[in-house]
Amino acid sequence: MTPLAGRSDFAVIGRIVTPKSRVLDLGCGEGELLEWLIEQKQVTARGVEISPARVRRAIARGVSAFQGDLNECLTDFPDNAFDYVVLSQTLQETHQPVRVIEEMLRVGKRAIVSFPNFGHWSVRASMLFTGRSPRTQAFPYEWYETPNIHFLSITDFERLAENKGLRIDHREFLTGERRITWLPNLRAEVAVFLFG
Amino acid sequence: MIVSTEIARFEGITLESGAHIDPVEVAYETYGTLNADRGNAVLVVHAFTGDAHAAGMSRETGKPGWWDNSIGPGKAFDTDEYFVICSNILGGCQGTTGPASINPATGKAWGMSFPAVTVRDMVRLQKMLVDSLDIRQLLAVAGGSMGGMQALEWAVSFAENVRSVIVIASTARHSPQQIAFNEVGRQSIMADPDWNGGDYYEGAAPARGLSVARMVGHITYMSDESMREKFGRRRKDQPATAIDVAPEFEVESYLRYRGSQFVTRFDANSYIYITKAMDTYDVSNGTASLADAFEGVSTRFLVISFTSDWLYPSYQSQEIVRTLRRRNHDVAYCELPTNYGHDAFLVDVEEQTELIRGFLRSTFRNLAGSAGAAA
Repeated sequence: MTPLAGRSDFAVIGRIVTPKSRVLDLGCGEGELLEWLIEQKQVTARGVEISPARVRRAIARGVSAFQGDLNECLTDFPDNAFDYVVLSQTLQETHQPVRVIEEMLRVGKRAIVSFPNFGHWSVRASMLFTGRSPRTQAFPYEWYETPNIHFLSITDFERLAENKGLRIDHREFLTGERRITWLPNLRAEVAVFLFG
Repeated sequence: MIVSTEIARFEGITLESGAHIDPVEVAYETYGTLNADRGNAVLVVHAFTGDAHAAGMSRETGKPGWWDNSIGPGKAFDTDEYFVICSNILGGCQGTTGPASINPATGKAWGMSFPAVTVRDMVRLQKMLVDSLDIRQLLAVAGGSMGGMQALEWAVSFAENVRSVIVIASTARHSPQQIAFNEVGRQSIMADPDWNGGDYYEGAAPARGLSVARMVGHITYMSDESMREKFGRRRKDQPATAIDVAPEFEVESYLRYRGSQFVTRFDANSYIYITKAMDTYDVSNGTASLADAFEGVSTRFLVISFTSDWLYPSYQSQEIVRTLRRRNHDVAYCELPTNYGHDAFLVDVEEQTELIRGFLRSTFRNLAGSAGAAA
């Protein structure tokens, strides 16, 4: 199997998704993940992307992507239309994350969510020592230009899952390509959750 | 690439209305080569005033086809990969039977006695042509504007016979604004005394009326920005002291020129018949809703709209996309940024090419994949 280039969480998502399943990727970008899943796992793929330039490249790759706002598009889909609904590194950019998660589980049997971990030690240190909004590798933006509006840590997400009764089937934590098992909320930059 | 327009003849066609046109002829051209399993055929369907000459240089006129920038080796519709067919629509006047054709019963031109035709009738005649070429399933049907309506109609009328459709700058049904512009065109023709109730084939054609109709059309195909860029307020000569009704601004002489060119190649009665077919078209005809129209349709869709197209605004494309999404159909959609207005699908094709190429390639690959799996 050819490796999946691009973001580290793609490789995890690529492992989770089962062959010939139906996958919806919210915020599919230029369709790299879906293209790989189509080729390697023969999935039925759909993508939603708000940027016209990115959706154009996704379609040029052969991915059935459409331009639109993910909330609006999610509302349109019928119940249980997909086996997996993927939200890769976008949850922290949504206005109503809980609503998005609920909708993902309405249109899909299971959801795969990845996000940058705001509990990482570099974020804590950045805030503690500079007294300013943290800027790290995973959070590279100035406060006034960041697309991130809901900062969450791994512990935050697990609390939410508990409160909402989400069944977490798989969790994986990464720093770069390296898997983190010990103290993930302190040591992992990116978290991937599979839940239903 | 030098091409010739061919004529296919059929015994006749029964229209949606029940009327017959016997016999019926279809002008068409083909580009590229049909492969061994006859699975690489793409039907390109033209817009309102287009014709069968979509690509290459015409042997008869020496002119390039209307979508020559998009059909050919390495282009959006790559003729190294696909066999491309384009035919003139039923009711047209460029080789296919229409009101200017001779009615064999009278030996004279049909004129306004030609039966009303619909977009569905046009598509059914195209299906007859495709059948006669021994092609069971088209890889794609693609078109812009009224061509997009025909592509949609292919998906709902002949879902089994078309793998994918490409609907560009189009709509599932005309809005009152679109009908209104067409009505101004029709009234302009009918107000010309030379129109003579549609009976003008032995005398002078209603050139003034048809020319004004075309001028209005051209305004709707452009955008405010593209007109400002193209013409500004530039004048031809020195401003006149008295009021000047000769063309003064460049935009005026441009429109007059386009109008006068149009009357040499287009029949006024065809203008009336085709605009009526567009206005009355509704893909959901005969079903309760737009969603029901797509019941049982398994065709892939690519829908494209343009930011500055105010004649076929993006919301009309988005209505189609939303309906398909609610049914969890395989649909791709992109709104391309451009200043060219409705004309963009003909003139600003770079990004559109990227979309069409990728979409066709993946459709073709899926087809090959499923054929392999079946074997």
